[in-house]
Amino acid sequence: MHESSTPFIYNLTILLPILPFLAFVLIVLWTNRNKKLSAGLAVAGVGLSWLIGWAIAFTAFGQHGIAAQPFRMLRAWLPAGRAWQAFGFMVDPLSALMLLMVPFVCFLIFVYSVGYMGVGKPLGVHDQRGWPAEPGHVDPLASRFFAYIALFATGMIGLVLADNLIMLLIFWEIMGLCSYLLIGFWFARKYADPRKITPKEAGLKAFLTTRIGDTLMLAGMLLLFAQVGSLSFAEIFKPETLEHLATTTTHIALIGPVPWATLIAILIFCGAIGKSAQFPLHVWLPDAMEGPTPVSALIHAATMVSAGVYLIIRTFPLMAAVEHGPALQFIAFIGAFTALFAATIAVAQNDIKKVLAYSTISQLGFMFAALGIGAYVAATFHLLTHAFFKALLFLGSGSVIHGMEHGHHHGHGEAGKLVDWDIGAHGSQSTSHQSTNLPSFDPQDMRNMGGLFRRMPRTAWTFIIGGLALSGFPFVTAGFWSKDEILADAWVHGHTVVFVTLAVAALLTAFYTARQITLVFFGKPRTAAAEHAGEEDSIFRWMTIPLMVLAVFAIAFGWIGIPTTFPLLGRFSSNPFHHLMGSLAEALHIEAAELPFAATPLLTSIVVALGGLLLGWLIYRGVAEIGRREGDASWSPLHLADPLARPLGRIYTVLQNKYYFDELYGKVFVKGVQRLANWLFRFDDAWIIDPIVDGVGELWRRISEFGHAFDVRVVDGIVNGVGAVTAAAGSAARVIQTGRAQNYLLVALVALSVVLGAFLVLPK
Amino acid sequence: MVPLTWYLILAAALFCTGLFGVLARKNAVAVLMGVELMLNAVNINLLAFWRYTAPGELIGQAFAVFVITVAAAEAAVGIALFIAIYRLRDTVNVEEIDAMKG
Repeated sequence: MHESSTPFIYNLTILLPILPFLAFVLIVLWTNRNKKLSAGLAVAGVGLSWLIGWAIAFTAFGQHGIAAQPFRMLRAWLPAGRAWQAFGFMVDPLSALMLLMVPFVCFLIFVYSVGYMGVGKPLGVHDQRGWPAEPGHVDPLASRFFAYIALFATGMIGLVLADNLIMLLIFWEIMGLCSYLLIGFWFARKYADPRKITPKEAGLKAFLTTRIGDTLMLAGMLLLFAQVGSLSFAEIFKPETLEHLATTTTHIALIGPVPWATLIAILIFCGAIGKSAQFPLHVWLPDAMEGPTPVSALIHAATMVSAGVYLIIRTFPLMAAVEHGPALQFIAFIGAFTALFAATIAVAQNDIKKVLAYSTISQLGFMFAALGIGAYVAATFHLLTHAFFKALLFLGSGSVIHGMEHGHHHGHGEAGKLVDWDIGAHGSQSTSHQSTNLPSFDPQDMRNMGGLFRRMPRTAWTFIIGGLALSGFPFVTAGFWSKDEILADAWVHGHTVVFVTLAVAALLTAFYTARQITLVFFGKPRTAAAEHAGEEDSIFRWMTIPLMVLAVFAIAFGWIGIPTTFPLLGRFSSNPFHHLMGSLAEALHIEAAELPFAATPLLTSIVVALGGLLLGWLIYRGVAEIGRREGDASWSPLHLADPLARPLGRIYTVLQNKYYFDELYGKVFVKGVQRLANWLFRFDDAWIIDPIVDGVGELWRRISEFGHAFDVRVVDGIVNGVGAVTAAAGSAARVIQTGRAQNYLLVALVALSVVLGAFLVLPK
Repeated sequence: MVPLTWYLILAAALFCTGLFGVLARKNAVAVLMGVELMLNAVNINLLAFWRYTAPGELIGQAFAVFVITVAAAEAAVGIALFIAIYRLRDTVNVEEIDAMKG
């Protein structure tokens, strides 16, 4: 920092994670019976964090030299050998940029959740804990939900402020816990189809899958600590430390000498693979969609999954310590591959949230690919823009799902049939069984939708804006600017393979987005639910306002990163984003100069975005136009063939089944581990433990039997013998004790005579 | 002059008579009388040795007087005990007095 003193506002940094945590504690301990108050506390806690966070962020943006001299708050906290781990927060340009997004998106999603959870509505009569509530009713565990998401906000805000890897890991794990709790929020929910994963299982799957990455990451951190002696970012990123890590090597069997920096970087990246659901640990994220939709938006789109990207951005000097080293190549490979791989799966999904989930995986792949090719600034930019538009899309999908549920409810009510409207929606097993004769209705299946544009205009507009941002609609949306910058970076630095992969992925992104929007909002409604869907209910007021705010950001946030070299528009742009991140890059000695303008990547972005959107619209327009057939009971929109199914044939089935990764992991890992555990159990139980336990038991039985015999024979014998001898001696001696004084005198006389006699007789 | 030995023989005989009385008589009063005889045998010894070895000093007579005094006290205590026992048990037969038996 320059001679100016630290702005006071920085001292409030500590409050940012504490406020939501306070809300969590208050809700859990005191207010959980009052759902309105609990929701209010959570919203207020994170709302205050948002205001303070923005104040801090904007102060930081206006301050020169914050990159070179970040603000730090430190307390020596955990002793570790000779070093102390500090409980520390810091504010630097990266933290400040994250503060711009994280508490704000959290706040909007909290507000949305108030509506989504039906806070303020009456409690449903049939609703049970751990099941989603019927439309128009409050979730029975709404307070718990707000407590969890408040704790989650603590985790994410703390993570972006963490000053060292230990703090980062703590908040990282808090988020992992919240993710688990919130995916399994409807823990009692069961489906008629036993193959469908339940929320409880999905939570477990998410937790265990990310654990693989977390363990490797912890290993990396421990190695780093062993090498450097500190986990503070300031210490690790000192040029001499990085130099030391890059030049000293360790020997790994079969591979040979590897620089410490490379090994540690790859291990830490494994943590990011798990958290950000990159191939091959991507399987948990689509199933995490079993959680309530605000959770999908908050945790599994905007913040927690991008924590992996944030981690790599934060530790980028370490990742790049070895120039053009295998660590960055690995990151680029995983990122680019995942971007394309997940995009192909998203094309063939019918669940509105699953499409978005694979899209998230794919977009996170973009960010990692960008980091792998050294596009430090572009990756950060895409992380932030993606958070806005993906949160928007998820919240929009939640609104659509709620609208469909309302429509379904309404439709049946109107027809005079009071039946359980969804097998999965509520009630005990018995109600599920009763309703199995009804065709089950999935309010998340896009094939059941159609024509929602007219019925839910606010949701539709905002969703379409989010979709356009995701596809990178040129010049307007935030997604265009960030994606374009990644592509440009790849092109200018000659990473042709990455460039082509990402371009194809971007094309697919635009394509599946157009497919989704077309199937959901355009054409004609394909079910009664879609026909009666609407957003008039009072809960939608809570839900649509965050959508609109996010829609504004999904467009306007991109404008802070328009390159100054861009034709025409560049003249009006000062590119504050690049300026900020560039200053940080400079302070960390990362090469991040602004790129010269290149026409090829720009044209590619425009062509893939528009081309993909157009292609999607053209192909799915036909399906969308098929309306509902009244009176034909056997007809269902689920029987409609996807237009791509015929031309792609077997490939389509493979895509629809997500390349069979769940099945593969199920067979190889889950079954394998179960078998191994079974075998170990038998090995342990029947062959080792049991014989040992039995043997020990038998041995001790023998020993005690011997002890018993010894006791009875020897010890008792001695004791009784002593008694008997004493008694015998007594009865012998008692004879001379007559009690008569004359006898005693006589004895005395005799004894005296003997003594005297002896005295006289014996020689002197 | 009668030699010292005669006195000593007389005293020994008297002592043995007393001892016999103490050990053999059944009547407690007779036992006491035996004790009296034994004490007096000692007195004879004391006086005889005084007269024959150190006639110039009065040690022998002094001891004899002490013995007579003790004997008187002893007889008084003894008689008192026997009277008490007699009152308690209606007998002075020492054969029957065996309270010291454990």
